[in-house]
Amino acid sequence: MKKNDRLDLSYAQMKWETIFKRILIVMSVILLLLVIGVLTTLIIQSMPTIKTLGIKFLWGKVWDPVNNIYGAYPFLIGTLLTSFTALILSIPFSYAVAIYLGEYNVKGWLSDLLKNTIELIAAVPSIIYGFWALVVLVPVVRTLETKIGVAPYGVGVFSAALVLSVMIIPYAAALGTSLIRMVPSPLKEGAYALGATRFEVIRSVILPYTRSGLFAGILLSLGRALGETMAVTVLIGNTSAVANSFKEAFFGPGNTMASVIANEFTEADHTQYLSALIELGLVLFFVTVVINLIGKRIITKYTSH
Amino acid sequence: MDARIGIRNTKSILFKSVIIFFAFIITIPLIIVLLYIIEKGVMQVNWHFLSHVPVPEGETGGGIANALVGSLIIVLMSSIVAIPIGMLAGIYLSENPGTKLAYYSGLCVDILQGVPSIVVGIVMYFWIVKPIGFSAISGSIALAIMMLPIVIRSTEQTLLLLPDSLKEAALSLGVPYHRVILKVIVPCGFAGILSGIILSIARIIGETAPLLFTALGNNYLSTNILKPMESLPHLIYTYATSPYEDQHDLAWGASFILLMFVLLLNIFTKLITRKWQIQL
Repeated sequence: MKKNDRLDLSYAQMKWETIFKRILIVMSVILLLLVIGVLTTLIIQSMPTIKTLGIKFLWGKVWDPVNNIYGAYPFLIGTLLTSFTALILSIPFSYAVAIYLGEYNVKGWLSDLLKNTIELIAAVPSIIYGFWALVVLVPVVRTLETKIGVAPYGVGVFSAALVLSVMIIPYAAALGTSLIRMVPSPLKEGAYALGATRFEVIRSVILPYTRSGLFAGILLSLGRALGETMAVTVLIGNTSAVANSFKEAFFGPGNTMASVIANEFTEADHTQYLSALIELGLVLFFVTVVINLIGKRIITKYTSH
Repeated sequence: MDARIGIRNTKSILFKSVIIFFAFIITIPLIIVLLYIIEKGVMQVNWHFLSHVPVPEGETGGGIANALVGSLIIVLMSSIVAIPIGMLAGIYLSENPGTKLAYYSGLCVDILQGVPSIVVGIVMYFWIVKPIGFSAISGSIALAIMMLPIVIRSTEQTLLLLPDSLKEAALSLGVPYHRVILKVIVPCGFAGILSGIILSIARIIGETAPLLFTALGNNYLSTNILKPMESLPHLIYTYATSPYEDQHDLAWGASFILLMFVLLLNIFTKLITRKWQIQL
């Protein structure tokens, strides 16, 4: 090879080096543009309702597309009711899994088996949970509702929350497990040396030490619950009316922000209707993103010190 | 004193039993769901089921060939879009930690991870469906966006685990930067990146919400990516909410197939990561 050829070759390589670095930068910029694009699309498309209804949209109690009246209140209540019921039901289980896998049984086949099974809960597609619950769980809930004397719809907020509570456990459980495993052993050993029992070590050393991390895990679970669409859409019963009593709202059919979008988006035949649905999406986007970012922030803060 | 330690020990044992009880009881719903789907679905699956399209309501027979082919095409297209972008962005994030762009891109990955799938569907409706109509490609792009954060994070995390000396050794031999990354760093972390990719495919293959307003659904076998296309989760959704028993049976079969896909992909990921950890 002549000297000139070799020089050309290394120039070519240097050129490729620059091009490659540029490509990497372009890819990251694409991410930025993607998120900005999503946000602006949602805002622009929901402009018609934002302009005409403003902030009143959020607590308007009537959702009546036929007469062009839009209020998000029924869906806000539906979303909050299903998500928080699911969250409260799931917390004991996710804490138990986190404590068991993080402290009692860190290694071994049983621990691995449980860990993988819990991860599997998150892997099963949500539509399958929805389908199963519609066929199997709803009749059971209906019998239960007859027994306690409420209208036996079967489908409704309660059924959706039950299924949702199982679906969101893995997120808090996995994070809690890894955080509990990170508790420094000198702290625990110190407590044991003072004569503490295992329960006392968990209560007064491990849980206080991991409190903010466990809270972050619960936030991540909540983010999932708020945005979950398919299982809820199948189970919630899809009624946009506001219930008269709490009992009725809790056991009767309802609607969440995600489920109303899934059900009515393709039916929305005029601009105002469509943009009202998109504004719901915008609210959902903001709430889940903020919850997720707070959760992530707590985790980074927690794992870095 | 003795009585006291007795009480405290009992409390401790009691607490442990409660924890074990709660930790294991949560696997029961999953097991029930899995067994039910397998029991209902496995009877449906045969060659006829896999090779025929659904029949109109009221008739017996029919299969899910359209959904199988559709899901395959849609997921394949999303992978083609998401894997290169995700890997390259992940490489950028791991190679340039601390820069402003990396900080904001990382933030965007976190945001994308939290976006509800239905919102992605809405946005894709305006970006792609409005100009070119309901099409498989719009569904693929929506799913690709769902895939991106997982691919990016797994690439980033895997590459951060690799020792710096590896890169330094290659660079000191005069290897150009892009070859160091593509021929040394990425192959070394390949298993980790691959597990992230498979996991992301396992996640999007069951996503229904972004497909509702994009790929829509199609009762016939179609391979035209510019036209609506059926997919497994969408077929389950349509037939699960229909009143006909026959269509429920089709949905059980489709659920079984989808579940098997997801389980296999997850087990595959587990095997890869196990090997990877040993190598490290």
